[in-house]
Amino acid sequence: MAELIPIYLMGKKYSVPEGSTILGAIEHAGYQLIRGCGCRGGFCGACATVYRVPGDHQIKVGLACQTQIEENMTLTILPSYPANKALYDLETVKDPVKALWQAYPEIFKCLGCSACTKICPQDIAVMDYIAGAKRGNLEQVAELSFDCIMCGLCASRCLAQMVPYNVAMMARRLYAKNTLVKPDYVLKRIEEVEQGNYKDEIDELIGKDIEELRKIYAGRDIEGI
Amino acid sequence: MPYPTDFQDSLAKLKASREFRKEQTIKRLTDEERTRLIEAFHPDYRPEGMEELRVGVNKGQRVPLEFASVAESYSRIDPEKINLNAPDFKVDVLVVGGGGGGSAAALTAHSQGASVLLTTKLRLGDANTLMAEGGICAPVRPDDDPYKHFLDTLGGGHYTNVPDIVKALVLDGPKIANWLIDMGVMFDFEEDGALKVNHCGGHSRKRLLSCKDLTGLEIMRVLRDEIRNREIPYLEFSPAVEIILDLEGRCGGAILFNMETEEYYVVEANAVILASGGIGRLHVQSFPTTNHYGATADGLVIGYRAGAELLHMDSIQYHPTGVVWPEQMLGQLITEVMRGHGTHLVNVDGERFINELECRDTCASALIKECEDRGKGVVTPTGMVGIWMDTSLVEGVEKHFVGIYQRFKKYDIDISKEPILIFPTQHYQNGGLRITPHGETTIPGLFAAGEVSGGVQGKNRLAGNSLLDIFVFGRRSALRAMDLINQKRSKLTMHHVVDYQNKLKELGIDESKKSPVLLPDYIREEIKVKRY
Repeated sequence: MAELIPIYLMGKKYSVPEGSTILGAIEHAGYQLIRGCGCRGGFCGACATVYRVPGDHQIKVGLACQTQIEENMTLTILPSYPANKALYDLETVKDPVKALWQAYPEIFKCLGCSACTKICPQDIAVMDYIAGAKRGNLEQVAELSFDCIMCGLCASRCLAQMVPYNVAMMARRLYAKNTLVKPDYVLKRIEEVEQGNYKDEIDELIGKDIEELRKIYAGRDIEGI
Repeated sequence: MPYPTDFQDSLAKLKASREFRKEQTIKRLTDEERTRLIEAFHPDYRPEGMEELRVGVNKGQRVPLEFASVAESYSRIDPEKINLNAPDFKVDVLVVGGGGGGSAAALTAHSQGASVLLTTKLRLGDANTLMAEGGICAPVRPDDDPYKHFLDTLGGGHYTNVPDIVKALVLDGPKIANWLIDMGVMFDFEEDGALKVNHCGGHSRKRLLSCKDLTGLEIMRVLRDEIRNREIPYLEFSPAVEIILDLEGRCGGAILFNMETEEYYVVEANAVILASGGIGRLHVQSFPTTNHYGATADGLVIGYRAGAELLHMDSIQYHPTGVVWPEQMLGQLITEVMRGHGTHLVNVDGERFINELECRDTCASALIKECEDRGKGVVTPTGMVGIWMDTSLVEGVEKHFVGIYQRFKKYDIDISKEPILIFPTQHYQNGGLRITPHGETTIPGLFAAGEVSGGVQGKNRLAGNSLLDIFVFGRRSALRAMDLINQKRSKLTMHHVVDYQNKLKELGIDESKKSPVLLPDYIREEIKVKRY
């Protein structure tokens, strides 16, 4: 059994096993979470947590499911933070950059304070992608923001009061839709299937008994690594 | 805190054998060898982990104890008290589940002109879909085709899959890939303009389309964004806890539970599409799981209680490569693409023991054999056991697997130099509610898509086939549901629940047992005993 150390959940002291994640510690303390817990694997952004430790004036952040506790830390999970999202129809966008600027004009109010970048638990250069959005460089926004789990912490800190992760969301879709070129073979394959190709071959297999299927399966050609 | 000293001997052996292993070829198992290995070591074959169902359509069939327990439980509500005459919502299509399957169903039904309500237990998008790292399989490349994908899927499922459903899966694959590309999903491309494809266990072609190592996250973000753009109504923290039928036995809606206000909502609907996922958080045979917090078999329980048939519920997929160390990451997934990129599975003595590109059930069984039968596992300071996955063999691992690299870095483990310690983790429920190629369960008007359904994957799912499954059958369910939206229905009833509960009472089953359980129970006994 690990040694117990004190932490403060929303200001209230509990003793929890050293080395736990914040989520593990909260559950050890006896909480059954409804909000503030999702995938438990660092992907969903439900458990963004802000905390401080004694002797350090700075605010710290982490995902509760991924961050180890520190002695005497005081923390709170932010299960939700208000955000507005622009509505748009990807199919009718003619000028992607203009569409992004019109949807989120507040990006031009960015003060360059970098609070968003400093707080991001995914170490994303949020301020840099907002700069990219201002310049209309959708590729830069898309690549820099790709690991975003939309936890909302950047929006909670932004001095210009924007919602960076929603800007990035729209930019990624605009970039993928308008820049990445779908290879011809995708539509060709769909056409083949619609014309009824492959159906007969597959039905022939369905008609075979297991022993025959085993042989065909064992003899199939396997592409190398 | 890199690896503890206990590991150092084994790590030295692993490093010493690396050059030899690179040249070594490990032959694939024959069908007979594979069957023998699985029957001897796969957890599905442990008799003590299974129990026969005593009530319902599948009475007499073996299922995991943990599922039997929730299937043989009482409703959370008093079925005779609830007022079905004043529904809180009236829609054409009710979608239960806010992951990829539910989102695809909602978007499809909405684009067909149906009124849709999507309801989900956590937030929209908090689902296993979002945790899928590797990718989605679709036979789009010129040197691949649906026939090959069909054969791989059927063989991988040991010929237990329902063939017509697999046919639907592979023939729809290209269309689904196209749909996602058109919606602005950022797939990976090669420099020559081709879609990037990866290899993974059991597939004969590279057909796994990826979005770096966060494919599920990228797809889920896009689907969620699109649902919001189209202003499709959705309810969060409101799982479905019972199916409503009409007097003819057709599905007529569902009862939802608002977990925050603890009130119940009656939803009247002409079709209900269950896309509520699987069973992982019930921790079958006490295995850790890769699954999200809400995977507690809700859809299976309420579908079964309403009379829908289950298929292959005795078949659980253990992903061979779940994290064992550091313990804070216990059970978390290491994507199969790692095996597809030439990593080795290595025992305590630095030896390989299985071809890493075997299917999941085969690899998982081989790992269990190596640790439990041959005693060749690496034992951690707290008594867990695992096998090394030599990740340093992947060139540029820190670039191609950013997510995994970062997560280990937090614990001072550099996976470009050090291996990862892994053991099988409960990953997927292969079976579920039996469906047709159009997602229909055995109850008219009740559909199932994705992990909650059964038949597509047979008794072993191949990597990349579940992301395809959810979209194919989410979409197909919604299209078929459109045929029902003008249908007249007779009076709504909860008699099926009353009847089911009467059978439980006859068996003397404890009436305090309620399901669906909605969330896993992680509260310590020391605390529970103080809840007087």
